Amino acid sequence: MKDSDSTEGRAKEASQHPTPMLDELEGGPWPSFVTGLKRLRDAKGEQYAPMMNDLLGQLEHSYEKKLGFWKGGTVSVFGYGGGIIPRFSEVAEQFPESKEFHTLRVMPPPGYHYTTDVLRKLADIWERHGSGLIAFHGQSGDIMFQGCSTEATQHAFDELNELGFDLGGAGPALRTAMSCVGQARCEQSCFNEAKAHRRIINAFLDEMHRPSLPYKFKFKFSGCGNDCVNAIHRADFAVIGTWRDDIKINQEKVKEHVAKVGRKYTIDTVVSMCPTRAISLHDDNTMEIDNASCVRCMHCINVMTKALSPGDDKGVSIMIGGKRALKVGDLMGTMVIPFMKLETEEDFEKLEEFAETCIEFFADNALEHERIGETIDRIGLPAFLEAVGVEPDPNMVNHPRTSCYVRTDDFDDEAAKWFERKARDAGMTVAGD
Amino acid sequence: MNAPSEKPRVADEIGVPDHIQYMHPVLKKNLGNWDWHDRPRPGVLHHVSKSGDEIWTVRAGTQRQMDVFTIRKLCDIGDKYAEGHVRFTTRSNIEFMVSEEAKVEPLIEALGEAGFPVGGTGASISMISHTQGWLHCDIPGTDASGVVKSMMDMLHEEFINERMPNRLRITTSCCQINCGGQGDIAINVQYTKPPKINHDLVANVCERPAVVARCPVAAIRPAMVDGKPSLEVDEKKCVCCGACYPPCPPMQINGEESTKIAVWVGGKHSNARSKPTFHKLAVANLPNNPPHWPEVADVVRRIVTAYKENAKHWERMGEWIDRIGWTKFFELTDLAFTKHHLDTWTGARKTMNMSAHIHF
Repeated sequence: MKDSDSTEGRAKEASQHPTPMLDELEGGPWPSFVTGLKRLRDAKGEQYAPMMNDLLGQLEHSYEKKLGFWKGGTVSVFGYGGGIIPRFSEVAEQFPESKEFHTLRVMPPPGYHYTTDVLRKLADIWERHGSGLIAFHGQSGDIMFQGCSTEATQHAFDELNELGFDLGGAGPALRTAMSCVGQARCEQSCFNEAKAHRRIINAFLDEMHRPSLPYKFKFKFSGCGNDCVNAIHRADFAVIGTWRDDIKINQEKVKEHVAKVGRKYTIDTVVSMCPTRAISLHDDNTMEIDNASCVRCMHCINVMTKALSPGDDKGVSIMIGGKRALKVGDLMGTMVIPFMKLETEEDFEKLEEFAETCIEFFADNALEHERIGETIDRIGLPAFLEAVGVEPDPNMVNHPRTSCYVRTDDFDDEAAKWFERKARDAGMTVAGD
Repeated sequence: MNAPSEKPRVADEIGVPDHIQYMHPVLKKNLGNWDWHDRPRPGVLHHVSKSGDEIWTVRAGTQRQMDVFTIRKLCDIGDKYAEGHVRFTTRSNIEFMVSEEAKVEPLIEALGEAGFPVGGTGASISMISHTQGWLHCDIPGTDASGVVKSMMDMLHEEFINERMPNRLRITTSCCQINCGGQGDIAINVQYTKPPKINHDLVANVCERPAVVARCPVAAIRPAMVDGKPSLEVDEKKCVCCGACYPPCPPMQINGEESTKIAVWVGGKHSNARSKPTFHKLAVANLPNNPPHWPEVADVVRRIVTAYKENAKHWERMGEWIDRIGWTKFFELTDLAFTKHHLDTWTGARKTMNMSAHIHF
């Protein structure tokens, strides 16, 4: 915010908490959250102003003591077991007006699209019932309506719900999902991210609103390998767009690109950076791509946005088991479904069925407070694949096992299954079909 | 208000709302039909549809934790200078979509006047994805909003320009759970002391078997302390991760001096070129020093500068370090390499150099 918005220098009201450390965060070119908090504190006649004065007091106290002073508890709305993050102050004697400062996690539309009209309505609701402070968006993917008394929580939710919004996930439950801007504005998108997002989450809402899973379960949807919503790192179930035919090349645009940036620069930044050495630049400045070697990493398409684009035979990869450190250490999602089409209603049904199978597997087999990636680590990928009905595929590994500690007396049977699958994929009839 | 006789309203379990109703009409019309894009200037994206339709997107930084007045100001700008439709990025930048190029400059000017920096596109440093901190979290070691404000003030020029080798994504997390996520640079709380236990409260507040089960190194066991059922920590085993603190608040992991900041480098979400990677430790034990965290800012500035001056175009932080080697990274950033950089967790051996490849 610019200086004219700063509250510095205004006459301080008698009851106003001094905030010398927070005041330091009002200068500088980046928009200041402190200036925003002060605007709420100074909003004459608004119900939240006293709450925000004490909130600023408690936050300044945290800056002084270098400690947080919130504790959890139990707050919910009628019919729901999750979605509210309860916060009770541990220093309420000093800061009574913000003694309850709960957050409502509210699911945004996929791709985070809003009209200014609906944003104003959301702000108005939060001005009536909450603190006037909203985060777009939290790391969970939710709109975070931060700062609500226990009593006002139900009223705020009722109005948000009437406007067409619903609570997101919290606790051991299906969590709010995220999807990239995707099809709405990106030529690299390989599936209808928003449709998959809504379809999946809305099919399993009961698991979100009435938490009963061993621990959290997150879906994220990215339209291509650029993974703009960080699905592989952060989602238990990551859906990533891809394609299986050839990258599309517009040779005239390739020539234009080379003419503009130079041949050496094109070789340095496109040809040499291909992770599987699949690209050649011909002497006439046309481009050749060895599509059998291409891993759909997106790099060349990112650089040459006009000349290159994903193929037409699009679909998704599904990676299972991403999470951060707690408890066994970081895990990325690993490839479980290398490719499935996601275009027809039947395709979406298949995705929903597979998601349901995974959630059921998780509910039945995970230990308390265990993420599905940890469960898979504990039991081994083969056992997980068998449980969810997926056949092993070389795309699931960096390389085959290096450890000889495995019992292989049924290897021939397993190999026979592989050759039968290959034969079926090739359109042949297999004995016993 | 909530009189007992009053019947509670039954929620309409709508789930994820329909996005189409909020979408800019040009986006709606060209759903799945986009052809290519370019970036006319930092902070502006220009997408062209196969139908010939065009849309310009102006991206601006926000403080994420927004007061209703800021939200209304952004809406005013959206109504007056854009076309009433906005969206947010995963890093809390706001985007205004306009269907005429002539609207771009006045929109940028209006955002500038209102104090919202325009940028965050392409090879820039975008807004720091971050967590709640002292403002709202129940287990925070620091205040992410404050750290982010301090860092973005310092890095502002790199937000409004596109002059990095590739995009540089920073995250901040207030505890080792790391809700801020992986980043080219991650600024995360790192605890340095075992929890301090208030034995008077444990029996009443904590589900003890669950707390014992939560410890990743089996350092917690049930114990009777002063005649009360409580928990004790084997401090030789404890790795000070803080995992016991959320299920058992009387096991305070934070301390005014013992809560420190570590900076990590080389995390990457994208599959472009190299596979996604986790961030790796650059330096630990930096002081948690509000309101400006100058020691953290100094380290971040050194890492950003070394990357900016030495990486090749399109190399992300981790890819650059892979090429030049960690020896060079620690030299260029003037940071120490210690025994604590050698991983000791499950799978650690796979992080060691199992070759004769070395950098000088």
